[in-house]
Amino acid sequence: MKVWHFSEMAYYPAWPHLKDSYRVVIPSRLFDPKLGADLYHRYLDEWALCDALGINIMTNEHHATATCADSVCTIPMAILARETKKVRLLALGMPIGNRNDPIRVAEEYSIIDVISRGRLEMGFVKGVPFEIAPANTNPAELSERFWEAHDLILKAMTTHDGPFSWEGTHFQYRSVNVWPRPYQQPHPPVWTPVGSTGSATEAAARGMVIGVLNTGWVRTPAIFEAYRTKAREVGRDPTPDRLAYMALIGVGQSREEGRRRADQILDYSRTSGIVAPQFANPPGYVAPQAAAQMLKSGGAMAARATRVQTKDGRPINPRTMSVDDAIDAGLCFAGTPDDVFDQLMAFFHHVGGFGHLLMMGQGGLISHEDTVANLTLFSKEVLPRIAELGLR
Amino acid sequence: MAGIEIGNYMLDGSIAGAGPPLLFLHGGDYVAQNARFLDILARHWQVTAPRHPGFGHSRRPDGFRTVHDLAYLYLDWLDAQRDGAVVVGSSFGGWVALEIAVRSVAKINTLVLIDSLGVKFGGREERDIVDIYALPEDEVRRLTFCDPARFVPDYSTLSDDEAMAIACDRQATALYGWRPYMHDPGLKQWLHRVRVPALLLWGENDGIVTPAYGERLCGTLPNAKFRRIPQAGHYPQIECPDAVADAVQQFAATEVRR
Repeated sequence: MKVWHFSEMAYYPAWPHLKDSYRVVIPSRLFDPKLGADLYHRYLDEWALCDALGINIMTNEHHATATCADSVCTIPMAILARETKKVRLLALGMPIGNRNDPIRVAEEYSIIDVISRGRLEMGFVKGVPFEIAPANTNPAELSERFWEAHDLILKAMTTHDGPFSWEGTHFQYRSVNVWPRPYQQPHPPVWTPVGSTGSATEAAARGMVIGVLNTGWVRTPAIFEAYRTKAREVGRDPTPDRLAYMALIGVGQSREEGRRRADQILDYSRTSGIVAPQFANPPGYVAPQAAAQMLKSGGAMAARATRVQTKDGRPINPRTMSVDDAIDAGLCFAGTPDDVFDQLMAFFHHVGGFGHLLMMGQGGLISHEDTVANLTLFSKEVLPRIAELGLR
Repeated sequence: MAGIEIGNYMLDGSIAGAGPPLLFLHGGDYVAQNARFLDILARHWQVTAPRHPGFGHSRRPDGFRTVHDLAYLYLDWLDAQRDGAVVVGSSFGGWVALEIAVRSVAKINTLVLIDSLGVKFGGREERDIVDIYALPEDEVRRLTFCDPARFVPDYSTLSDDEAMAIACDRQATALYGWRPYMHDPGLKQWLHRVRVPALLLWGENDGIVTPAYGERLCGTLPNAKFRRIPQAGHYPQIECPDAVADAVQQFAATEVRR
């Protein structure tokens, strides 16, 4: 199993000033650039450390938010492409349905792949609903734009005989000719995050790696199974390396220490869903059937509040969940290295196996020292025991 | 569903009443709440009230992506009316009506715009039309209705079918009106072509597009009158159906097309 360290580069110093929304409408005067510089360097140092620890690197992006100060996922990736030498670099990823210029995405990814000498894994994401307002893309066309951009980017990265033209529904180019071409041939591995069986099926049909985030013990098995079923149906072998699961991980010398670290990282989950409700479900973002059900049941925020459940089906509130809740829901593995290994193994078998663990090893208010200790201990005590897992 | 056939397309909607033809173009939301107004109109007119393509249970053909597509669709309907028709457009439907009228008024006898969207007058950092997607739901309701409690439905009691229709209305409104937001930047320069008697009815309390916007729109049209409807917000025909229907009736009966 490959392990990836993920951080949202949160600008947590603004959090005490925020109440009903951590996103979209919060003024940037709450961002102190001097503190921000320290934080960017800190998070980059933690990722750079991963090169020695044998933990791969994952970035993402969000916009207009203090929960994630990484608003361009390829910028830290570009820095790390040179600062690291061994580990792989996953951007999960680029919101290609929200970006105006897919060719620019192909260029950014290709340069990173070349500089890193072929260590890039490229993620394409549709983006959470509250990314619509900052991007001002039409929510009713997002899915179409996403797939057209996906097709165009892959064609642009794999065409090496000079320009081609593209006259699509959403993107028009007279002369597509991306330089450089990527280091990996035909192109870096393609990932996408999914949160439902429907999106897992779409990804499986194309052989993409799926990253399953925040779906937990109850919802994950059906998503992985939908992927495997569709992959077999289209004649692809659904090997475990097509499946990734994200968990918040706090490991310590003592159970108490590991749980304390997890508790601090969990502030990611407790804050990331706090958004003014009018941005939580722009019309057309979900299919009308789902929107109709939300309309009847009190809106998107009510629907979000019941998404996470414990093993026995008890809904838990992401904003207030405890470490116990999060472990019970399969969102978090925490405690001693043995505890973390046992929880991970139970989850692994429950969902039928997977080949990538996306480890949120930093989040919320956890300090740099604790993050380094968390990653180092995981690398030393847990990583060797799971390295052979999911390889088949 | 009652079907309204226009060329190769079949739309959900209603045709009611007897008399000269009147086409009602609905707004982006609260479509079902127009029923009372349409009933009153149907005493004097044959009222054709289609659900726009993509809205309610009307299928959106693949190629329909802009308000211009809706305008050409309804021009096809108008072409089939031997003696023309009265066109009444509310909110988003007013925008559609203006897009029709700048293309051709040949079959429009009179035009009634009720709290219409569609035109941009202000500068690039001024909002002419309140961004309903950026405000809390309660505030949007207060800006939309003089008395929201009377007209906003209890969504939890809707049938699946009714909820689905509203979800489709909202998705389609976003599809056609997301960006540029609820207007066509090219429309203003052609408004001189709306050479037909036009009546602009505006809810005195409209917080989505204010009466001042309506007066400005009125001043840009070559042959238009402006009238405020008291005790009404963005959808006066829903809040005051009798007053709005009376105003339509009087205007259409007395205005003779020049």
